[in-house]
Amino acid sequence: MKLNKFKSSEITPEKVYKNRRKFLKDMGIVTGTALLSQNIMSSALSYTPETERKITDYKYATTYNNYYEFGTGKSDPHKNSQDFITKPWEITIDGEVEKKITLSVDEIINMFPSEERVYRFRCVEGWSMVIPWLGFPLNKLLNKAQPTSKAKYVKFTSVFDPEQMKGQRFPVLDWPYKEGLRIDEAMHPLTLMVTGLYGKELPNQNGAPLRLIVPWKYGFKSAKAIVNISFVEKMPTSSWMKASPHEYGFYSNVNPNVAHPRWSQATERVIGENVFAPRIQTLMFNGYGDEVASLYDGMDLRKNY
Amino acid sequence: MQKIFKPAVFMACLIPFIVITYQIFFNKLGAEPVKEVTHHTGNWTLRFILISLAMTPLRNITNSLVWTRYRRMFGLFAFFYASLHLLTYVGLDYRFNLDPIFDDVLNKKYIFIGFAAWLLMIPLTITSNQWMVKILKQNWKKLHRLSYLIGIFAVLHFIWLSKTIFFEPLIYLIILIILLVFRLNFLKLMFKKSPVN
Repeated sequence: MKLNKFKSSEITPEKVYKNRRKFLKDMGIVTGTALLSQNIMSSALSYTPETERKITDYKYATTYNNYYEFGTGKSDPHKNSQDFITKPWEITIDGEVEKKITLSVDEIINMFPSEERVYRFRCVEGWSMVIPWLGFPLNKLLNKAQPTSKAKYVKFTSVFDPEQMKGQRFPVLDWPYKEGLRIDEAMHPLTLMVTGLYGKELPNQNGAPLRLIVPWKYGFKSAKAIVNISFVEKMPTSSWMKASPHEYGFYSNVNPNVAHPRWSQATERVIGENVFAPRIQTLMFNGYGDEVASLYDGMDLRKNY
Repeated sequence: MQKIFKPAVFMACLIPFIVITYQIFFNKLGAEPVKEVTHHTGNWTLRFILISLAMTPLRNITNSLVWTRYRRMFGLFAFFYASLHLLTYVGLDYRFNLDPIFDDVLNKKYIFIGFAAWLLMIPLTITSNQWMVKILKQNWKKLHRLSYLIGIFAVLHFIWLSKTIFFEPLIYLIILIILLVFRLNFLKLMFKKSPVN
């Protein structure tokens, strides 16, 4: 995948980019980068932009990752994914749909203009980052396939390629990686199909060429390197649910009140802070409660963890 | 020989402590520094527990008493790193905020068993000197068999905190099992010999 539309000279150096962000923030304006303006939707922002916390260093966002396909260590994905081939890449949307479709990543990028979304990213292990993603709302892509009335859930399948992904040679998880969302979650305007970050194309270790971002859920829900999206009637079983059902539920919403058997979820460490920096409070739905809490009205979130 | 060798081993045992201190004060710990300190001190605790448990089998295999002269030092270093590990968790990570810590100890089995392992190391540390060996006589040996239990608890602590099947905890488990099996064999030999005596 390549952001064909821009010459590399048009890509803003990171430092300039950061200063601009700071400038925009200081001016009280937070929008997509001017750089991509010709390709960015002009619609009003449909989410609360992150203004309180500072954006995580690009270095950490791209070298400190959980991506077990490339190894279980945090630096393994960066180390082991550099030669991963993401071109050509096709993604199929099928299942309970009127129209099964197959699209290449290039077609998808041309079809849906990118916008920048600065989201908090909360890992189930109790750490968090703030990342400026580039992408488009998933619902735009899903609607192309015209889901039928039987479509209650959406199942995401990541690529299976043990030749290139050495982590998949070991039964660490049930490969290929599978995730799922309820259809209203998948259609929610905050749910993003991501093609880039920090104004750049998506690095392999962050899930290139196409990944999901669901900012109010723990990071593992946001599947990487997706090859298939399938509408289904029954709740799909994700790889993590299969690995350890009492630890990982289907919903996995960020919830400071429901502890994980191994990690307290009440607080989180901010990535990139120094060794003496305190933990910060974890917010319900990772701070996106205004936008998403209504999806779970009347549900016991302790049971539906 | 011993006079040079023992201080050298002592200094070598301090290297992990020097390394982490350097990394803390020169900001070399990367994205999640508290986790790095926790893992570093935890790993070295486990290593020193296993090293100290290896001394008796090595004595029996090589028929040389030299190994057991270092057993106490390694055991004490295990306690030293375990205490740093605990202090990192209580002080650096949770800033002595005791509520979430109590909550963790009671609700998270890996923290419960890790804490239990540290508690069990206290009587062994207190009775590690020559004077206590004389006072406790036969009981000293019995008491210090707690080290087997500490080894088991420490490895369980590592296994239970791991997210899925990881190699590292399994390697420690295998080494621990080998070290404990050695003891079973020698116990059996001792039982066989005892009627003759």
